[in-house]
Amino acid sequence: MAKSLLAPLAAATVVLFAIALVLIAQAPPESTMGLVQKIFYFHLPSWLGMYSAIFTCGVASILVLAKGSAVADRFAVAGAELAVLFGANGLVTGPLWARKAWGVWWTWEVRLVSALLLWLVFVAYLIVRRYAGPGSDKLAAAVALFGTAVSPFVYISVNFWRTMHPKTTVLPTLPTSMGVPMLFSCLAFMALFGTLLAIRVRLAERETALDALYLAYED
Amino acid sequence: MFLRAALLVLRKDFAIERKSLEILVTTLFFAVSCVLVFSFGLVKEGKAPTDAAAAILWIAVAFAGTLALGRTFERERYGDTIRALLMAPVPRPALYVGKLLGVVLLLFATEAILVPLIAILFAAPLLARPLLFLAVLVSGSVGFAAVGTLFAAMLMRTRSRDVLLPILLYPITIPVIICGVRGTAALMASPADEAMAAVWLSILIALDVVFVTIALWTFETLMVD
Repeated sequence: MAKSLLAPLAAATVVLFAIALVLIAQAPPESTMGLVQKIFYFHLPSWLGMYSAIFTCGVASILVLAKGSAVADRFAVAGAELAVLFGANGLVTGPLWARKAWGVWWTWEVRLVSALLLWLVFVAYLIVRRYAGPGSDKLAAAVALFGTAVSPFVYISVNFWRTMHPKTTVLPTLPTSMGVPMLFSCLAFMALFGTLLAIRVRLAERETALDALYLAYED
Repeated sequence: MFLRAALLVLRKDFAIERKSLEILVTTLFFAVSCVLVFSFGLVKEGKAPTDAAAAILWIAVAFAGTLALGRTFERERYGDTIRALLMAPVPRPALYVGKLLGVVLLLFATEAILVPLIAILFAAPLLARPLLFLAVLVSGSVGFAAVGTLFAAMLMRTRSRDVLLPILLYPITIPVIICGVRGTAALMASPADEAMAAVWLSILIALDVVFVTIALWTFETLMVD
């Protein structure tokens, strides 16, 4: 399945990114922030990618725990890796923009904190998969399950914590004239997410097939 | 049957611990050291910043709790008794509940020393609203221990369990720490903000329910060899 989807997804990614880049270049510069604001066209889609990847990993992990499905496990590990990748992109582009717009690299605002914590959960997921040894797929699935289950609570608790604080940073709202480039950026990132997911799942399938061949050869 | 098995596990752990007091003493000493380390870092001109007492209390509980969790299962692994436990003809989740009760009681024992110590060292009115404070403390400890017991149990068979436990535990239990610290701080404010503390307490209880439910559901799957 992953193989047949790969080519059209990759083509869509290339085309959408080409369109998105032209549109971003032509979009009007924001009145107060100027050119810096354009990083937003990569920042927001990155988070969209991370949350899609987390959703993929969370659903797949439930299937791993409930049914012990090997197919779901491939999707889970692919989802976790992509969550860390897209999250890292968001975590790098965010402070670059914030330094210019807010004057600080980081602020303890609810979206920032909850995104950082979720990202950490999936870094932990990958660490478990890499270092926990045999049976790590189930352990990692439990981590992903807890991580996804806890995310609304992270949001609620950080939100309450911050609203108790007198200073609140107002996030600028996106002007509608920049909506079209943003839409194409999001579509391009979603296509990229799909492509990478297909590649990673395919890689996992190949690994399983190779292991099976080795076992057959040794017998 | 379920409860009896859980209580038996608890009784077994309690009997071992009463002979050696190993985990209790080491955990307590570690918790007290934590409090001191944080005091030296935070106290300026003889005074700690507002809310520091609440933060230090919960950090000490989280750190000492991690240590205790690791030790509780290390003992089972070292004596190779976990196999016997898992072979017992009782529902697997009962083993989890028994272990969880043991960890929670250990945390309570640690807190019984930590709370007066912090109250004295920082002149903090921790016991201004004793009932609400106790409720925050209990629900916070249960939430932390619920995740910790499951993770410590499932990491028992892995190689780098000592490092992996805190790595997994902290990102997931951060909401418990936030609710605990903020709830405690709200109760310490003058006048005490009981309404806000009640909000934090309700989030904590919801977290406890979610954590214990998921843990009971996954324990069976995770402990199969």
